[in-house]
Amino acid sequence: MLLCQQNLAKKLLMVFKMKLTAKLEERLGISLMYIVVLSIIILIFVMFILLFKMSWPAITKFGFHFITSKEWNPVKEQFGAWPFLYGTIITSILSLMIALPFGVSSAIFITEIGPKKLRIFLGTSIDLIASIPSIIFGMWGLFYLVPFIRETLTPLLKNSIGFLPFFQGPSFGISLLAASLILSIMIIPIISSLCRELFLSVPVTYKEAALALGATPFEKIKLAVLAPSITGIVGAAGLALARALGETMAVVMVIGNSPHVSLSLLSPGATMASILANEYAEAGADLHLASLCYMATLLFIVTMLVNSISRFIIKYFKPKAFRGL
Amino acid sequence: MVKNVMLYRKLKNTYFWFMVIGFTLFTFIPLFLILKHTFTMGWNELSIDFIFNTPKPVGEYGGGMSHAIIGSLIIISLAVVVSIPAGIITGTFLSEFPKSKVSSILRTFIGILSGTPSIVIGIFAYVIMVVPLKSFSAWAGSLALSLVILPIVTRSTEEVLKLVPITIREAGLALGFTRIKIFYYLLIKGNRRALSTGVILAISRSMGETAPLLFTAFGNVYLSYKLSGPMATLPVQIFNYASSPHLEWQRQAWTGAMVLIMIIFSINVLSKLILSSSERRM
Repeated sequence: MLLCQQNLAKKLLMVFKMKLTAKLEERLGISLMYIVVLSIIILIFVMFILLFKMSWPAITKFGFHFITSKEWNPVKEQFGAWPFLYGTIITSILSLMIALPFGVSSAIFITEIGPKKLRIFLGTSIDLIASIPSIIFGMWGLFYLVPFIRETLTPLLKNSIGFLPFFQGPSFGISLLAASLILSIMIIPIISSLCRELFLSVPVTYKEAALALGATPFEKIKLAVLAPSITGIVGAAGLALARALGETMAVVMVIGNSPHVSLSLLSPGATMASILANEYAEAGADLHLASLCYMATLLFIVTMLVNSISRFIIKYFKPKAFRGL
Repeated sequence: MVKNVMLYRKLKNTYFWFMVIGFTLFTFIPLFLILKHTFTMGWNELSIDFIFNTPKPVGEYGGGMSHAIIGSLIIISLAVVVSIPAGIITGTFLSEFPKSKVSSILRTFIGILSGTPSIVIGIFAYVIMVVPLKSFSAWAGSLALSLVILPIVTRSTEEVLKLVPITIREAGLALGFTRIKIFYYLLIKGNRRALSTGVILAISRSMGETAPLLFTAFGNVYLSYKLSGPMATLPVQIFNYASSPHLEWQRQAWTGAMVLIMIIFSINVLSKLILSSSERRM
């Protein structure tokens, strides 16, 4: 009898212990997850704060005038971001304009037109282009694209549309144009793979309906593939634009890094990212460093805005038929 | 009349067809050229010396990039050790507690971090580690790289775990598992192939990152194992050599680029193989 009771007590104790350990495990595990997550949030937050604090001297000194001021002179301690903002905007918009038709049509080819076997191969190679590091794009740009622009493209442009203000002045190859071309090569894969996903998510019934109405393949693609995903394409373009805005290594090698505003695409320039890469490690004076940090804050805010707007477009402007699919 | 309209539509169709094919062909020309140039330029210099030796002084023939390759490996493994568990935990958190307030803040922050230009991430690491310690260090470099890896791993983990049917979690609960056990054994271990592709892609992405390392790990001419000092990495070394005027260094930069591309491509192919074998299993 006593033995039986003892056994029961032991069993109860064991169950109790197991429950306790399970509870402990649960508590410990979940709180560990919370610790990791919260420390990541705190780390990111602290970084924003520190970046802001580092740029504080420049913010108080130049204020918003920093954005429009044209002079960048570390020796005189005069800092203005306009040349870099200008270079960034010109190169990224131009590269987006070049890349968009290529990206969209390669996505159309891969999803709609090309033979099945070729599609997989092309899709994989687009992913491979996306995985090439930007430093290699930059190097290739410096050793092959820049001479190509100097010797082949410039005479061609000058002879055909050289009267435009965009193609004035001497050409050394190292230019805004070179940066735009390299950037467009780099963002084509992004646009292409985003558009591929978009086109694949269009319901097949759309295409069938278009074909049933007697549409040619072109009309089918126009009405049943491109038209429903147009907002998605805009969003994809926005994401690619954000990538182009922040791209550093490829640009820094081909743009020439001179802080001058020039309308000509053949003249050297600088972008915000390229000036950061070029001067940050060597910045001696406090104000110089603070101005560079200010520029980094600006770049961060601009890319964040472009990114979130394009995410918003992709998410909320989906055509009704796509929802719930 | 009807015939003319039809002809016009057919012509338009053909025109469109040629345009699409032309644009697609042009898309692949740069890729082909980049690979061709990198491999033709890089192949000549590739030797045992290049992989296992440190650089010789300017003007002397030979020497290699072993210090940069080792430095890259050290910095990336430091980054991976921290950021991959952290990323998997964060991804699990986001997919399992989607409604909590912490999750919505975290999702925003991870979204912001994944869209941040890599040069700005480098500056983050600079202000948080290089400024207080007053020295470029491998630690700062690996912090920067882990900030690159973290959002990628988090995103991919969240995506993978969202696809796991709820019945699996219920089965775990029915067996009397704690939630932690469900997360660990059923969600993470059960999907380790799918998760590992995300991890591998994140590593391959961080292999080629140059901008975050420029003023964190900074670069070094010598082989160094000191984690609190500047350390050479392959991409930064390529950048320094490629922008130098010495022809010898430029040639070495091409070889370095070729080695880097080969590493990254093989990592990518590996991830594709893992993914396809896991699909076959299902």
